[in-house]
Amino acid sequence: MNSISSKRAWLVLVLVAVLSLTACAEGERQQPRSATAQTTLYRGSGLEPETLDPHRARSVETFHILRDLYEGLIAEGPGGELGPGIATHWQVSDDGLTWTFTLRPDARWSNGDALTAVDVAWSLQRAVHPDTGSYYAQMLSIIADIEVVDDTTLVLRLTGPTPYLLGLLAQPVAFPVHRASVETHSERFTRPGNNVSNGAYQITDWVTQSHIHLDRNPHYWNDTETGIDSVVYMPIEAESTELARYRAGDLHMTRTIPNPQYEWLKRNLPGELHVTPYLSTYFYGLNLGRPPFADNPALRQALSMAIDREIIAGQVTGAGEVPAYSWVPPGINNYTPQRVEWADWPKEQREAEARRLYAQAGYSATNPLQVEIRYNTAESHRRIAVAIASMWRETLGVQATLLNEEWQVFLQNRVSGNLQVYRSGWVGDYNDANTFAEAMLHNHGLNDMGWHNEAYERLVLTAGRTNDAARRRALLEQAERLMLSEHPMIPIYYYVSKSLVKPEVGGFQPNVMNVHPTRHLWFKH
Amino acid sequence: MFSYSVRRLLGAIPTLLILITIAFFMMRAAPGGPFDSEKSLPPEIQANLDRMYHLDEPLTKQYLRYLGNVLKGDLGPSFQYKDWSVNELILRGLPVSLRIGLSAMVLALLLGVLAGTLAALRQNTPIDYSVMSVSMTGISIPTFVMAPLLILVFAVYLGWLPAGGWGGGALRNLILPVIVLALPKIAYIARLTRGSMIEVLRSNYIRTARAKGLPERTVILRHALKPALLPVVSYIGPSTAALLAGSLVVEQIFGLPGIGRYFIQGALNRDYTLVMGVVIFYGSFIIMLNFLVDLLYAWLDPKVKY
Repeated sequence: MNSISSKRAWLVLVLVAVLSLTACAEGERQQPRSATAQTTLYRGSGLEPETLDPHRARSVETFHILRDLYEGLIAEGPGGELGPGIATHWQVSDDGLTWTFTLRPDARWSNGDALTAVDVAWSLQRAVHPDTGSYYAQMLSIIADIEVVDDTTLVLRLTGPTPYLLGLLAQPVAFPVHRASVETHSERFTRPGNNVSNGAYQITDWVTQSHIHLDRNPHYWNDTETGIDSVVYMPIEAESTELARYRAGDLHMTRTIPNPQYEWLKRNLPGELHVTPYLSTYFYGLNLGRPPFADNPALRQALSMAIDREIIAGQVTGAGEVPAYSWVPPGINNYTPQRVEWADWPKEQREAEARRLYAQAGYSATNPLQVEIRYNTAESHRRIAVAIASMWRETLGVQATLLNEEWQVFLQNRVSGNLQVYRSGWVGDYNDANTFAEAMLHNHGLNDMGWHNEAYERLVLTAGRTNDAARRRALLEQAERLMLSEHPMIPIYYYVSKSLVKPEVGGFQPNVMNVHPTRHLWFKH
Repeated sequence: MFSYSVRRLLGAIPTLLILITIAFFMMRAAPGGPFDSEKSLPPEIQANLDRMYHLDEPLTKQYLRYLGNVLKGDLGPSFQYKDWSVNELILRGLPVSLRIGLSAMVLALLLGVLAGTLAALRQNTPIDYSVMSVSMTGISIPTFVMAPLLILVFAVYLGWLPAGGWGGGALRNLILPVIVLALPKIAYIARLTRGSMIEVLRSNYIRTARAKGLPERTVILRHALKPALLPVVSYIGPSTAALLAGSLVVEQIFGLPGIGRYFIQGALNRDYTLVMGVVIFYGSFIIMLNFLVDLLYAWLDPKVKY
């Protein structure tokens, strides 16, 4: 190579460098900073949505986007309260089994098509059809029959009185989808250009792993009340990245915060940090299918009592979580969580009783319980497991080992019962105690403990057939007391939802369901 | 040269086939499945999903079906991102990863070779020491530390650059990720260049060139640089492939829609088709780049003949 061709090689390199840095991909939207775009709301959304098909979606993060795109018969108000959606009003028969919904005559799809009872009925049927493969189809199994009386009247007949029906109908699985688009585009009906929705917004751009852009839907029945023109959801998994982008002004709202930053945020962004009770419980499941926990309620109770939940929630998780002494979290409508009777005992008394039960179960200093705590790999779970293992060791002398597993391996082992103590958590699907009560039924997907109690099943199923609100509540509360007294699981803390919201965003009302549809928000100036 | 190229390209076919086979069965051997969640699905729905994605068929039948589809250029639907096919996801992510990776590689080559050459020419001087200690730092600070640090300084405190996002590929969105990706490569290339340059400068033909009275510039650029770059060239093949196929950490931290993220996410979600798609793509890329590097070798080093 002579020096001229070597120079040329360098020149090419430099050119390529400059070109590759400056060439701009055409057709893609520039992302404005918050100061210049007051009618576009930027929201962190955690994960890339698994799908924008409301019937097949499964993650809480995706549900936020779907609530902007679609609306069910029932919709959530600014504080999560249930109210009219497509339906303006409804009537319930005396036995609670027949619900008649009157739909608004001006309900429209984003392409201007009229939205009628036929659309709603077809969508509900699609949601539960086996070919749809919905994760939440089970939630609609209480609907026995759907009757379209006329364009604006829909009758649902239920298998049992379901006071929380309205909560179910506000879920994405009960949202209507536009039949013609679904049939034309099959699974691609969710894409910009193909998608027709009925919510306050419609999808106009979707770059996977980057952003989902929604614009106001002018055909939405309440469009005049929609305060923000566009909303951009950004899937940012890493909590610290989300925080950095919020602080740099790229986001108006975050999905969550990194727990270690909680104290810093409380001090430095006090008006922007919102920590709210959430309908969700963190717990340890005990495998009742094998020793040492099978037929040993005293041991299970001893382990539960030896855990100092105030320390776990106050110092280990440390971001506003609340110690849990019941399965059902506080904040549920028409229900009082049933705390274990020793919830308010002083520490010494609680630990003394734990030691007594531990001895009663046949364990001692010379014959200590050896047990393994299994959790899915995450720093937060590890810290909790370390704390619990040391509480068990110090109070009872239990020798606990820790084992973390990758999520799918962990799930597999839970289902096959190939472990002893495992971490778990449950988020209520709707605001009714039933969503927690049924999770402890023997055939429920969450019940990997193998707990099966006939009396409990009777109570929960009877509650499902009871139309009297007070009696139903009493039955569910009794069921929870019964379950807790057997200690198949150890409630540890109630989750909180945590997010940052810029001061210029108005209308953000913290609520236990953690739903914040964009149509209820606005910019203050 | 031509017959060598043909032989190399033909040899790539069994390599890829072995790669696909191993990846396919390893992926299936991993516990769990793409539709598992904390609340297990009712068996009838699970069965339905399995049927829709042919997961109910015997493994060998699934394997043959998959191979057939790959030959037709169809990498299948993604199990996790249900609205997209794997082809679409890779094609949409590729320009992003290419752009970032290529920019980082070019930057790394320019700065790395320059710094390495300078250090070699001024051996054991303050220039040499500072280049080497800076490059040591570049190698030893991991990306996941460097990236948040730069974001904090340039995006959060100074507000000069965005904290992340693709922004349609705007220059300002590229600067930080490209620098973060390039830094360890710059350092590595600088050290490689310095080492081999020092060796070359001691060789007989350089002494001859100097003895002929050639100016130092010509000695370095015309006679020393080319052979000194040989180790760098063998390094850029695989490392370019790695950069172009996307960097998980950088894409994750900066929220870039490249394909690097699909690799790990796909594996964690048991998104069989997505992982396979990325493996095939990545594998072909490495094979191709290694081939190109070997051709480049023949051009740089007259002793290499095919």
